[in-house]
Amino acid sequence: MEGNPVHRVSAGDAWSSSMHPDIESERHSQSFNVEELTNILDGGAQNTALRRKVESIIHSEPELSLKDNYFMTQNERYEAAIKKKFHILMLAQRLGWSEGSSELQYASRSVSGDLGFAIHHIFQKTIRSLGSEEQIAKWDPLCSKFQILGTYAQTELGHGTYLQGLETEATYDAATQEFVVHSPTMTAIKWWPGDLGRSATHALVQAQLICSGARQGMHAFIVPIRSLDDHSPLPGITIGDIGPKMDFEHTDNGFLKLDHVRIPRENMLNRFAQVLPDGTYVKLGVPKSNYLSMVVVRVDILLGEVLPLLQKACTIAVRYAVIRRQSRLRPSDPEAKVLDYQTQQQKLFPPLAMAYAFHFVANNLLEFFHHSYSFILDGDFALLPELHALSAGLKAMLSDFCTQGVEQCRRACGGHGYSKLSGLPSLLTRVTASCTYEGENTVLYLQTARFLIKSYLNTQKSPGSASKGSLPQSVAYLTAPDLARCPAQTAADFLQPELYTTAWAHVAVRLIKDSVHHLQTLRQAGADEHDAWNQTTVIHVQATKAHLYYVTVKIFTEALEKLESQPAIHQVLKRLSDLYALHGILTNAGDFLHDGFLSGAQIDMARKAYLDLLPFIRKDAILLTDAFDFTDQCLNSALGCYDGHAYERLFQWAQKSPTNTEGNPAYEKYIRPLLQGRRARL
Amino acid sequence: MWASAAAAHRLSSCGSWALLLLLRRNLPRPGVKPVSPALAGRFLSTVPSENLILNDPDFQHENLNFLSRSQRYEVAVKKSAIMVQKMRKFGIADPAEIMWFKKLHLVNFVEPVGLNYSMFIPTLLNQGTTAQQEKWLHSSKGLEIIGTYAQTEMGHGTHLRGLETTATYDPETQEFILNSPTVTSIKWWPGGLGKTSNHAIVLAQLFTQGKCYGLHAFIVPIRELGTHKPLPGITVGDIGPKFGYDEMDNGYLKMDNYRIPRENMLMKHAQVKPDGTYVKPLNNKLTYGTMVFIRSFLVGESARSLSKACTIAVRYSAVRHQSEINPGEPEPQILDYQTQQYKLFPLLATAYAFQFVGAYMKETYLRINEDIGHGDLSELPELHALTAGLKAFTSWTTNTAIEACRMACGGHGYSHCSGLPNIYVTFTPTCTFEGENTVMMLQTARFLMKSYDQVHSGKLVCGMVSYLNDLPSQRIQPQQVAVWPTMVDINSPDSLTEAYKLRAARLVEIAAKNLQTEVIHRKSKEVAWNLTSIDLVRASEAHCHYVVVKLFTEKVLQIQEKSIQAVLRRLCLLYSLYGISQNAGDFLQGSIMTESQITQVNGRIKELLTAIRPDAVALVDAFDFQDVTLGSVLGRYDGNVYENLFEWAKKSPLNKTEVHESYKHLKSLQSKL
Repeated sequence: MEGNPVHRVSAGDAWSSSMHPDIESERHSQSFNVEELTNILDGGAQNTALRRKVESIIHSEPELSLKDNYFMTQNERYEAAIKKKFHILMLAQRLGWSEGSSELQYASRSVSGDLGFAIHHIFQKTIRSLGSEEQIAKWDPLCSKFQILGTYAQTELGHGTYLQGLETEATYDAATQEFVVHSPTMTAIKWWPGDLGRSATHALVQAQLICSGARQGMHAFIVPIRSLDDHSPLPGITIGDIGPKMDFEHTDNGFLKLDHVRIPRENMLNRFAQVLPDGTYVKLGVPKSNYLSMVVVRVDILLGEVLPLLQKACTIAVRYAVIRRQSRLRPSDPEAKVLDYQTQQQKLFPPLAMAYAFHFVANNLLEFFHHSYSFILDGDFALLPELHALSAGLKAMLSDFCTQGVEQCRRACGGHGYSKLSGLPSLLTRVTASCTYEGENTVLYLQTARFLIKSYLNTQKSPGSASKGSLPQSVAYLTAPDLARCPAQTAADFLQPELYTTAWAHVAVRLIKDSVHHLQTLRQAGADEHDAWNQTTVIHVQATKAHLYYVTVKIFTEALEKLESQPAIHQVLKRLSDLYALHGILTNAGDFLHDGFLSGAQIDMARKAYLDLLPFIRKDAILLTDAFDFTDQCLNSALGCYDGHAYERLFQWAQKSPTNTEGNPAYEKYIRPLLQGRRARL
Repeated sequence: MWASAAAAHRLSSCGSWALLLLLRRNLPRPGVKPVSPALAGRFLSTVPSENLILNDPDFQHENLNFLSRSQRYEVAVKKSAIMVQKMRKFGIADPAEIMWFKKLHLVNFVEPVGLNYSMFIPTLLNQGTTAQQEKWLHSSKGLEIIGTYAQTEMGHGTHLRGLETTATYDPETQEFILNSPTVTSIKWWPGGLGKTSNHAIVLAQLFTQGKCYGLHAFIVPIRELGTHKPLPGITVGDIGPKFGYDEMDNGYLKMDNYRIPRENMLMKHAQVKPDGTYVKPLNNKLTYGTMVFIRSFLVGESARSLSKACTIAVRYSAVRHQSEINPGEPEPQILDYQTQQYKLFPLLATAYAFQFVGAYMKETYLRINEDIGHGDLSELPELHALTAGLKAFTSWTTNTAIEACRMACGGHGYSHCSGLPNIYVTFTPTCTFEGENTVMMLQTARFLMKSYDQVHSGKLVCGMVSYLNDLPSQRIQPQQVAVWPTMVDINSPDSLTEAYKLRAARLVEIAAKNLQTEVIHRKSKEVAWNLTSIDLVRASEAHCHYVVVKLFTEKVLQIQEKSIQAVLRRLCLLYSLYGISQNAGDFLQGSIMTESQITQVNGRIKELLTAIRPDAVALVDAFDFQDVTLGSVLGRYDGNVYENLFEWAKKSPLNKTEVHESYKHLKSLQSKL
């Protein structure tokens, strides 16, 4: 399956018929079958085929091209995204792609998610998870047919991740059987929701429920905000766009101020809580059930949004690194490919290893989510704490690492990484938003920390008894037998998954124990529970990060065990797994040395093992990025095209910039008078 | 109400005013110093005061965040043009006065004609003959011609020898023929080249009498005076949208057998005679000077950008309330959260550290430059190595730190209202321009390896690397290394400096030994160097880290005012301890500190966070940025964030109409599905 599948080639540009020799040579000898690896990433050859089919349809539609994105204003980006969404929906209708189908997901991937109404789907999903059967029956078809457009309005100007702090109120009026939804202060204005600024007709508003004179906490209400006739804001609604951002220019993030807006009682989502006509409050779920929609979104964005951004950045940076030549390795040689420099490998291969590790991690989380979600909807909440902790922690970790990785890739491209035409600035500004949206990462780490502490304390309650069996799967290692010293004797020992997984488990357990110990010591010294918590949050975060690293190393190594029947692929991925685990150990060496688990000599062995992996990965680097199988159109990068003709494309794309195709009004207005003003004086 | 909350936090144990004065004494402060006393009288009588200039209606324009790229470019050109006209009006010609005047006007502004002053004219002064200066200097100073400096090519950056543009001498016509032979040789990136300039100083490989003599500088007219059209043989334009620098027309330049007279080669040092004979320059080292100057200047820029980011993040953290620490109590300021303090205070300490390092670099440069003037080049190699490494060390750190400040502002940090995205995109090229950072670190490493070899062969080294004289392998028996830990006192900045010194010494030695091993196993030195380069960069980083800790510590000791010394001492300790905590592996593995000391370090850091908390706002106020300089709604001095955020958003172009024109798409969607 070597070669150049037709769909990869940019349509109609002069170079795509030939390969740059510097990138062609990278594909000459293949130590593994790229197509097979692509199939693994897609979850089967049939998926690869379907994805490519959808991509070729999408790329043949000029309306869906991303080419002009870098030259557009915010207004133009928004309009284009709406237009694209419209176009894809028409295509879907024509081709019979059903809602939620793989086809539509692939379609979204191939236009890099550059579509309007992303939050409309969150609106719809939230109704499905928090609404009663009756409510779903009423609202779901309206959403599917786009007869209404929804947004999800949670964050406020002055309040974010901490839900209880939200100020928007929904006060029940038993006389009219309505809720009065209101923004009591400036800081209560809803701020940031996507699709709100200019598109949505309805908002799912998270507000403090007040009924029978008591505050009942956050609940979700469907609030009509714009006229279905002429789209103008409804009475009592002040609404608009929040202004320019780093990115997401295609999305109209908005503000919403509610002035005593009345909605019928039936508009409160009531799968897990109800207000009876007389104002009696009835609780049907656990307090956490309100957060369910956030769990759904966190799981969704990892595969749908965050991870592909890192994979694209790796593809662009690695491809450019074999085209770019710089200085010489030997005086007699031509200038070397920058990928041959050890320092460049050190910059690019850890993110590449993560791009693979996180693929398996995110899929694993998705499976666990599906497994637990059906129980939860049926009212069995046993798995919810672990699901909540895992999804919060992994969202935080993956978004942090993907952001760092993308930025590393961007800077590894030198000056050209600063050009938007490289595609990298846009990948960065997009991925970095994921560190704060859907839960600020530090807050999320601390949510996972609470789960870890609880789990650890459970293990202490009844040592040796049946409690072990009841530990959730992701923290079962807290009671596993632990070694005091790492047994490694050579660098090669550090290439054993068993060894480095155990090492990570050891450090995670030690740090969790340590953080619990700190907390308890402060409490025993008389500190108030909450101050004690605040005074130990830095170490809780540190412990949680170690736990999550352990979890990801373990998932990656277990996923590889299933690939042993494909030895060539297993070998190349195992190197990435080794690199991923060792990179983490070396950047956190202090934690491993701290209690003598690793000796200084063993750290040196680990470093040697790590450095020795680099040249092996170097050989396969281009193929590993090819396997992600991004089309050139989807990458939308002058530097990262499959054929390697980076410079020609950069020159051609630059010439198309409006700064070159449109005149220079500044010359006539200012530069010419400036030049002539002097001459007149001379 | 917000104002009072923010103001309350300025009542702290140290007066920010005193700190501000301290910083003013140490830092290059635009607008404060350059007016010489002799000029002051005349100056003040004719030139409007600082506030008048900032409020001058000619310089007001719409918030740049709401404009398209072309509009931003136009605003920038307009500002430069008005500024030049005003300078003509006020008769401002002295370079210091020009600097003062410009800094006031431009604030954070990127200036398309800036390269004319920062590169074209200085290069003309450094490399042009008297005759050339007479011919070009006057007209470029008055912007009769607008010049830029074209070095970087599409395929070639930091490695200068790789540049492909050629200048071939034709003795028959006494002209140079400039040519861009390949697509990779197209000049790419020079600021002001795309749309603004009509001349460029072009760096090209000189060929004469059939031989290549390496890179030389040529003055190349690129656009016709009067029409501004590209001249025949010249292809010139804008390189398109970038991460930042929207106002700047970074450009490309392709020359197609383009002829310029012989006199357009800058010939102060090397020369080509009319018959084509090449005359070598006397001293090559002098060209070092500009590079060293720019890099040492960039260290100060790192400090400035990081200080801005810290100011915004700390002020906003004092205004933002979130969650609860104790149930039932009002939501606390997020600056009261340990995790927020842990994110921001080490960065604040870093900003102060870099401020002092920047000032030191500037002084050192001036001192050594004077020595060079007297023909003493002895300190140049160390200065060169130090500026390269510190430029990389401070810009890498700052790059990450600005991003951390932005993320510490949560969602609002992502909005352009915070000003942080703009600070970031404007700063981040510092990591790649004027020498790509990894290459810079390796240059420092080369100096460290040279110094190590020197010590190894029995000679002492001096300056910042003198610690290599005391390497255990040179003096002490390896076993005695175990004695070190007891010496580190985690409450003494001096003792911590020693710890950093030991770490640097150890990593330099490891890199040197690994390099030696590779040299034995590999055929070529260059291959061995490449296979050790990760270790070499580590060694350079450790060296630079030591230098920063050392300079910060020394600076704190010089401060007389007790209350200021106390608060800066805390920052200095935090900076040093945080670095140890983050690099604990190095300190443990080198037996520089014990496990229990590392535990103490981590505990001490948390105590320092609490101790610094009351002074945090005062510490950023001391940087004394005007609101207009910060360009941030979140970082306003008065703390009135939310009201102004709402007002700012309402001005967004998308809000000009209540129902947006694109509603037509929505409408048709609803009717068709």
